[in-house]
Amino acid sequence: MHKPENKSPNIVGFIGFVLLVVVLAVLPHMLSFSQQEILVLLVINVLLVCSYRLLTLTGEWSLAHAVIMGVGAYASALASKELSVPVPLAMLIGASVAGFLAFLLSFPLFRMKGFYFLIASFAAGEVIRLSWKWSDLTFLFGGPKGIKRIPPFPDFLTIDFYEPVNYYYLCVVVVAVSLLILYRVEKSRIGLTFHAIHWQDKLAESVGVNTFRYRMLAFVISAFFAGLAGALYAHYVGAIAPKRFDVEEMVYILIWAIVGGTATFYGPIIGVVALTILNEVVLRSLGVDEMRPMFYGAVLIIAILFMPNGLEGLVPKIKNLFTGPPKDGNRSLTPSQATE
Amino acid sequence: MTPELFFQTVINATYAASYMALIAVGFVLIFGVMGVVNFAHGELYMAGAYTVVALYADQGFPFFLAVAAGLVFVGVLGLLMEFALFRPLRDNPLGGLIASIGFLLILQTIAVLGFGVRMENVPPSTQDKIVFLNGVVLTYQRLYVIVAAIGLLTALWLFLRKSKFGWALRACAQDREAAALQGMSINNTARLAMFIGAALAGVAGALTAPLVSPTPFMGHPVVVAAFIIIIVGGLGSLEGAVLVSILYAFVHTFVTTLYDGTLANIVGLLLMLAVLIVKPTGLFGAKERA
Repeated sequence: MHKPENKSPNIVGFIGFVLLVVVLAVLPHMLSFSQQEILVLLVINVLLVCSYRLLTLTGEWSLAHAVIMGVGAYASALASKELSVPVPLAMLIGASVAGFLAFLLSFPLFRMKGFYFLIASFAAGEVIRLSWKWSDLTFLFGGPKGIKRIPPFPDFLTIDFYEPVNYYYLCVVVVAVSLLILYRVEKSRIGLTFHAIHWQDKLAESVGVNTFRYRMLAFVISAFFAGLAGALYAHYVGAIAPKRFDVEEMVYILIWAIVGGTATFYGPIIGVVALTILNEVVLRSLGVDEMRPMFYGAVLIIAILFMPNGLEGLVPKIKNLFTGPPKDGNRSLTPSQATE
Repeated sequence: MTPELFFQTVINATYAASYMALIAVGFVLIFGVMGVVNFAHGELYMAGAYTVVALYADQGFPFFLAVAAGLVFVGVLGLLMEFALFRPLRDNPLGGLIASIGFLLILQTIAVLGFGVRMENVPPSTQDKIVFLNGVVLTYQRLYVIVAAIGLLTALWLFLRKSKFGWALRACAQDREAAALQGMSINNTARLAMFIGAALAGVAGALTAPLVSPTPFMGHPVVVAAFIIIIVGGLGSLEGAVLVSILYAFVHTFVTTLYDGTLANIVGLLLMLAVLIVKPTGLFGAKERA
């Protein structure tokens, strides 16, 4: 379920792309109503985890990403509900507010690196999240109960976006465009600079790279798309609350990224898709929904102990079965290397 | 604020400082010796509380026997974490943190499956209380926590300063390789630190169980508070952890009493952010460690 990473268009890549489009188009019609709803959330989560990966390219692991998604959701919901902004525009406003907040947070947070950044991002995120809960701001954010009756995405011609299938198509288009942008950013000069900052930040500085600005840029782009994911979520579900964006949700983003792997563009996508399928198919069929945290916890421990390169590390191995050994070594980064 | 309310709040803050100090000191000890941020520390506290729920509230064993069982049980949980998670990931500090998040989710689920998500009601083990002249009350239940914190932390301080194990523990915290070269067993000191650190969290949970209505999710605010305390106090500083526990508990309790709990949490987090920005080594931290 990922875009083929071809440098030059070729016939295999084209067939793969067509297959992907067909699968994405047909998939919802083969599922039940509740599965369609999960599919919409899955597509939104793909954008969430891919935007998270862009920040990890610079070597920083944030614990504020779920809250930043919430910023997009709250901003979009308030803009459309209180200010009667049209929903599509409100979504862009939500994403922009999230990006702008990341810009502001950059000044204190990027004074730090590694573990200190991790903790500080957590603190900053919690302060924002608690302000939504705070009784003195209930008139604006609705307190612990959050915001209800968020306007849904308006009908376009005769397409009713209240239907999960139609909203799913909308999300697929929005997420596909977003992923394309994220992909282009990563492969551009900017993306190469992110890699350089991750592996050799002193060297990058010595050749004139302003590492602070590039870290900030990665954080802002990452936050913009996280905010967009939040806005897509808010106008689909129709109600948001501070609990939805707490540290537990952040843990799930971390688990998807780590289990999938963050060295490749498709790693986190594999992670979120595989874990969602496992969760929905295995746990739901067993009827043990309260086992979900334990399942995720066990998967996380197994991944960190035995599969430090994540699921994406298996992809070249599977490829080798068909095509023989690769021509060049596949370099992959793990969270362990990320801190060193 | 009336004088009565002021003194009552001071007593409440002293109680909060006591159990927070037990938790934060264990957290710092584990970080200092193992180099691992144990995100599951709040769930170790929760496990201590549920030991009391199971043995004292459900089975009717004496309260202090249940507390002792909580200490040992959570200490053993710590040993399990050291053996299964932190030892294989010793050269990977972020890996240890992530693995502890996984362990946290597992412990939470076990508590949910075993006891349900509802609040547990633990009856007080004693009705005795000290009533001061102006009507300010200190229940024995809270006094136990204060006495236990002072006793255990003094014992730990003597152990670290005077005994051979304590010297080894501090040596490992300063420089692991050098300590190993001197013939100290890294595994043994790691086990010791994990047992003590976890047991302190367990005893805090066990003693406060009748006062806080345990839930499977009670560990989350506690670990956030512990984070704030060790960052403000300075990573790796035990004395800093104790002093900042007291500072934090007073600030938090007074803001909660005067305004509300959410604002108190925001103030605590802003305090941590300010320290991170101005002096990342903390108020009492000696050197850079991360």
